[in-house]
Amino acid sequence: MIDVIGKRKIFLGVSGLLVSASLILILVFGFRQGIDLVGGTEWRLRFFEKVDENSLNQVLKDIAGAANFSVLINNEEFVVRLHPLNEEEHQRYRLHLEEKFGQFEELSFSAIGPTIGRELRQRAVWAIILVLAGISLYIIFAFRKASREIKSWKYGLITMATLFHDVAIPAGLIVLLGVWKGVQIDTNFIVALLVVMGFSVHDTIVVFDRIREKLMINRNQKAVLADLINQSVNETLARSINTSLTLILVLAVMVFIGPPSLFYFVLTILVGTIVGTYSSIFVASPLLYLWRPKDLPK
Amino acid sequence: MKRNILILTAVVFLSVSAGIFAFEPLWQKISDFRPWRLGLDLSGGTYLVYQIDLSKVEIRDRESAVNGIRDVIERRVNLFGVSEPRVYTETVGGESRLVVELAGIKDVNEAIRMIGETPFLDFREVVEIKDSEKATSTLGFASAGLDGRYLKTARIGFDNITRRPAVLLEFNNQGAEFFSQLTERNIGKPLAIFLDNELISSPVVNEKIAGGQAQITGLNLEEAKLLVQRFNAGALPAPISLINQQTVSAGLGSDSLQKAVWAGVTGTLAIILFMLLYYRIFGIFSALALLMYVALTLAIFKILPITMTLAGIAGFILSIGMAVDANILVFERTKEELKKGLLKAAAIEEGFRRAWSSIRDSNIATLITSFILYYFTSSFVKGFALTLFIGVLISMFSAITITRTLLRTFIKND
Repeated sequence: MIDVIGKRKIFLGVSGLLVSASLILILVFGFRQGIDLVGGTEWRLRFFEKVDENSLNQVLKDIAGAANFSVLINNEEFVVRLHPLNEEEHQRYRLHLEEKFGQFEELSFSAIGPTIGRELRQRAVWAIILVLAGISLYIIFAFRKASREIKSWKYGLITMATLFHDVAIPAGLIVLLGVWKGVQIDTNFIVALLVVMGFSVHDTIVVFDRIREKLMINRNQKAVLADLINQSVNETLARSINTSLTLILVLAVMVFIGPPSLFYFVLTILVGTIVGTYSSIFVASPLLYLWRPKDLPK
Repeated sequence: MKRNILILTAVVFLSVSAGIFAFEPLWQKISDFRPWRLGLDLSGGTYLVYQIDLSKVEIRDRESAVNGIRDVIERRVNLFGVSEPRVYTETVGGESRLVVELAGIKDVNEAIRMIGETPFLDFREVVEIKDSEKATSTLGFASAGLDGRYLKTARIGFDNITRRPAVLLEFNNQGAEFFSQLTERNIGKPLAIFLDNELISSPVVNEKIAGGQAQITGLNLEEAKLLVQRFNAGALPAPISLINQQTVSAGLGSDSLQKAVWAGVTGTLAIILFMLLYYRIFGIFSALALLMYVALTLAIFKILPITMTLAGIAGFILSIGMAVDANILVFERTKEELKKGLLKAAAIEEGFRRAWSSIRDSNIATLITSFILYYFTSSFVKGFALTLFIGVLISMFSAITITRTLLRTFIKND
């Protein structure tokens, strides 16, 4: 039997620490934005002959100017990132690279102007706000027949806090990966965050449902709130873990053998889901307890 | 009774498999009736977005201009011999865009080069080119210096006398001046009208036209309408500029597809294994329901049809991970009810009843998320939102009806 309420300081403390750390990372280092958010060119090449990274960098510097380029290696592929190229420049650079390094296979080429990027950034922010608000409002509505001890809007607001917690931590992780490995965020990242929100609320709902049910049943008795919440959490433990586990299984498979272009996308959702499960069990309920009406017996 | 049903199921399964195996052409025909539509990131191809600059176009002519541009570009695109090119317009935040999707094109930059030109309309005179050496002369076209810039509008009209359809052109002042001189010079001779360097019409000039208004006759209604659209596309110059280009090679596309499918299959098997290990008998039912869910959902994707992109497949795989959640909630609740002493059949009913509110609320949260995702993102990611949305809806249906029916059929109070 896990004493979620009794040990709440520990659980909330750990969460608080992780969220603060993530927020600090985000503020200090910021996100490295992909080309679909700021515009630019992303070019994936696979050369037929061995090419040294430094010489490629040098050649690119010569033809494209020193500013705004980066070359990452991903197995035998080079991912070149430049300022937005028009088609004429694209072909010119292609010929130049062919001259210097021999034939190569162009796996993909994306040139996105800054206008689209601006649009996507705006939409992304709106989408996050709307999903956060939408889900919380729906919870308030779904839990409208709640008892006096915990009013429906409390369920909603705690949900919002939990969801925020669940996306802040993966975001912090991505910033860390950005600093360490040059990982960029793009629209897929935003989608991943939204998906985490949409999924992690599932087990929160399961626990809240049980708490609500118990409160209804124990309406006329002198039940101790802390005990009720603890029982609810423990009774729904198997449920929370298993429903998340099925998703985590699928995500883990995709991370290991799925298409590489989706790697960070799936990773973000995976981390978010694990954090989300933790938060439903160890964070949401203590928060509910902290926010109880003052006149209740402890 | 149970044994009989099990035997029956096995027999049916065997027969169907045998049938598919034996009548392969039939299976192929059924499958090809509605082939899979793959997005560019899976089939390989190019995705181009052009911004249409309508700043110099009057509001009432805008729709016509945009459609005209769309038609001209589609014509150009069709010349590449790409199978099923798609050219369509989009309106984003008040601005008009043209999107061109070319699957499996070989020479992308040639395509871009040809598309990139604003439809160009110009008038040319028929002249004699004298070859002094050979002392012959041939007919050629010389640019008359009058082009789309000077055309104010083009409209459909009907000839006063003959009631036949005609294209009515109206030039601006400068254009009228040019046109007047042009017609004066060429009375009795044809005046050639070129769109994108292609001759589309060469009416004979009957008289000098000073009013800046001209009429092209001799066309049927369809041709006249087409000409008007093209004139307006060329006449109201709306330059287009490339703002987004994405190319994926066919190799990368098929590699991604393969990996995604394998991940999906492996993931599904992993889930089934887990359910069997943890829930045993109940696990078998949820495994069956899951397989049916996968088949049903894929069929719906294929029939609608939904263009499957990589993101779309990811969305579907995620929905598989979630589809089994409803079963888990029901099973856990049923276990609780059994502990309380209810009989098997009653426990199952109670399990479904009590778990329903959690299932419904969780899935609605996901539906809200996919709904917002659909409207706030573009193209490739839309596919993800769509497959997730449809997947969740069908999984709700499958969990409640399929699993419940299976359980009701096979579990008796014992």
